[in-house]
Amino acid sequence: MQASVLVAATSRRSAAAIWLLRAVGLLAVLCVLAPILVVVFSWSSEQTDIWQHLIATQLGGLLANTLTLLVGVGILVSLLGIALAWFTVMCDFPGRGWFEWLLMLPMAVPAYVMAFVTLGVFDFGGPLQSFLRDHVGQAYGSIDVRSEPTVIVVFSLVLYPYVYMLARSAFLSQSSDTIEAARALGCNAWQAFFRVALPMARPAIIAGVSLALMETLADFGTVAIFNYDTFTTAIYKSWFGFFNLQAAAQLASILLLFVALTLFAERRSRGGRRFVQGARLQHRFRFAVSPLTAWMMTLICSVVLFMAFVLPVLQLILWALGAGAEQLNRRFFELLAHSLWLAGIAAVVTVVLALVLAFNRRQKGRFSSVYGAAHLGYALPGSVLAVGIMLSFTYIDNQFFIPLQRVFGMAPTPILVGSLLTLLAAYWIRFLAVASGPVESSLERIRPSLPEAARTLGAQGATLVWRIYLPMLRPGLLTAAVLVFVDVMKEMPATLLLRPYGWDTLAVRIYEMTAEGQWQLAALPALALVAAGLIPVIISIRQSRH
Amino acid sequence: MMFRVAARLVAILVVVGLAACGRSTPPADSATGPELVVYSSRIEQLIKPIFDDFTKETGIRIRYVTDDAGPLLARMRAEGENSPADMLITVDAGNLWQAAELGVLEPIESAILARNVPPALRDEQGRWFGVSIRARTIVYATDRVKPDELSTYEDLANPEWSGRLCLRTAKKVYNQSLVASLIVALGQEKAEQVVAGWVDNLAVAPFASDNKVIEAIDAGQCDVGLVNTYYLARMLADNPDLPVGLFWANQQGAAPAGRGVHVNISGAGITKASKHKAEALRLLEWMSGPTAQYDFASLNQEYPVNDATAPSELIQQWGSFSADTMPMSEAGRLQGEAIKMMDRAGYR
Repeated sequence: MQASVLVAATSRRSAAAIWLLRAVGLLAVLCVLAPILVVVFSWSSEQTDIWQHLIATQLGGLLANTLTLLVGVGILVSLLGIALAWFTVMCDFPGRGWFEWLLMLPMAVPAYVMAFVTLGVFDFGGPLQSFLRDHVGQAYGSIDVRSEPTVIVVFSLVLYPYVYMLARSAFLSQSSDTIEAARALGCNAWQAFFRVALPMARPAIIAGVSLALMETLADFGTVAIFNYDTFTTAIYKSWFGFFNLQAAAQLASILLLFVALTLFAERRSRGGRRFVQGARLQHRFRFAVSPLTAWMMTLICSVVLFMAFVLPVLQLILWALGAGAEQLNRRFFELLAHSLWLAGIAAVVTVVLALVLAFNRRQKGRFSSVYGAAHLGYALPGSVLAVGIMLSFTYIDNQFFIPLQRVFGMAPTPILVGSLLTLLAAYWIRFLAVASGPVESSLERIRPSLPEAARTLGAQGATLVWRIYLPMLRPGLLTAAVLVFVDVMKEMPATLLLRPYGWDTLAVRIYEMTAEGQWQLAALPALALVAAGLIPVIISIRQSRH
Repeated sequence: MMFRVAARLVAILVVVGLAACGRSTPPADSATGPELVVYSSRIEQLIKPIFDDFTKETGIRIRYVTDDAGPLLARMRAEGENSPADMLITVDAGNLWQAAELGVLEPIESAILARNVPPALRDEQGRWFGVSIRARTIVYATDRVKPDELSTYEDLANPEWSGRLCLRTAKKVYNQSLVASLIVALGQEKAEQVVAGWVDNLAVAPFASDNKVIEAIDAGQCDVGLVNTYYLARMLADNPDLPVGLFWANQQGAAPAGRGVHVNISGAGITKASKHKAEALRLLEWMSGPTAQYDFASLNQEYPVNDATAPSELIQQWGSFSADTMPMSEAGRLQGEAIKMMDRAGYR
């Protein structure tokens, strides 16, 4: 779809519209770049001491660990996400209709919650191994599960829904004509998948996998629970151990460079190819599979669902019951309300901005490649980004608002830092990348001929947008909003550092409990987080069925 | 046409932004006198009851944010003289020392604090004061270890404990301070040997929390470990039959072997940027007094700094102990050295 189609740059008003969109887009990019520049400028001073120490003792191992983790998670989320999406969209098996949406639920489980539940259940001292030792034999229950494979599986179980959701909507929007044509031309089911469906779904799948990988790369909480050292370990050691924020920022900027290169490579590899959908949106065609294969699919889906959702939720419920009902006080509901409110507004703002940026990128103007920079916020570890935002917003406070307050004779207090506005800014700066995946790929799939046809039929401007674009974008926008909503609910470091007084959320409560090692007491807020995260997931599922 | 769409998008942003600003303005009941702002890395459950008592007694209201010490310090530094924070509360002397080094804390003199807080548990210049004591000592499996087999932290590096020791990760500041105390007591070289010996004796890779260390001893994964006493106290409160005992380390003989148990503090200081120094001082002094000291000790089963206050009944069963008198500031000064030493020894 070309810029000329979207916006007929004939009237002066649409020229103004382009400039307004462009201004908002550039402002957003600027907001994302500010904290990142703070991080990059850390190279202005040398921190040779720490670097020498890290290189001499740990850095090699940390890089190897990080790379293993990325490769492992990348492979596993792709396998799970693509396979499950293909099963549920294209094949008939018992329970398909249920699994179709149940398999999205693990997304609502934060990775750190999954990690501490996994340890609680499967660790040496946990119920499973204790049972094995007591009833089967000493040798069967003496495994240290805090190992590389466990970490990879934990990440994959909570991150595969990114790939699953995006791949699923890609498969759904591929018209059955395409697959039927492939079949008519002699492809079997496998060939239709590998030669037609998979290549067509590639942008969506790559977007999903890269989200999962960025989340893995920037994670600290989950790996800390397993005491598994990755590159972020070095960042936190420099900051919390050596109190050297400069060195921490330098390390973080290396992470950033890595992600930027990956994003760039992904863009390049997509090149000028266009991925549009066929005429028929509705999916009616499914492959017939043998009963054995069908039951195998049911089994696979059940196992994934059990491990990624049922088991952690059951364990959380048990812990929450054990911790007692006195936790269900007014304070708890306050935290819940804060979480929902923040996540709700942040989701709206982020999706709107993602849409603005996506429109801008399509205009192929001078700046169009600049907007890609808006994705970089997701690449930094949460707390490094939070500090970057805090530093840049404090700078504005100190240089602009405080002198202004002095002029008017008011008591100088920071306006931005500690305000809800800054916290929301932190959310959308961090999660723009999450929203823009689904927004952009659904925008890309709109066939140019469709709006063209609408125009010949007399639809113009706003009508075109509200009657053609928005309905067609709706699944993508909804997916984006759900992803951001759930991510904001789970977000910890920026919420901790930038929240206004009293704006504690469920994630803050979980942090406070887990910081003291009281996992059981964190169960109720964690459960509430999962439950609240389910609401938008379920809404989006209902919507996507219509 | 497009203009209207774009305008609507922008309008949504503006409305939401204004709503956000509106919600974030403080309630307009400022007539009731000064209000203190506290940045705390002690969690809400462990400070709010104390603040509530203070407000009830003095009418001074308190607002607070909780976070890790690192981010809070970064924020205080960035805000500089405009920082709204009146007080910093944090755990571990290393963090307090760092805050003082960064110049965000105000030196104060107070006869009350000098009387209530022992000299080793506060900054020489009065920039921070301990408010509660946390002892880090040896715990053991009561069915597999006899207390008379245990003696010192250093002893756990000896081959007899090979494959029997559990430790928490070296990333936790509690262990960094403990190793700093080894450096002070034994010197660089000997301390490094001890740390290397611990690593050799590990039964499994270090754990993420003290609770996990205690659970591992309970489950039979290892026989001895090093934890802060309040973790054990909390678990004993839930399960009095837990087969894990507590042993006060380094009590026998002359120093360095008899230097006493390694203790650390949670503490507080008044910020340089504070606009309410008198009220902040009042809070700090109040925290060293009997009401708050009892709260600090009983909320989290820690030891009071003020020796006029008794520890909770639950932890009185462990009896009294003699504590290492290393000044708390040493732990801060040597923290970086300790981390490097643990890295070299492969203690993760």
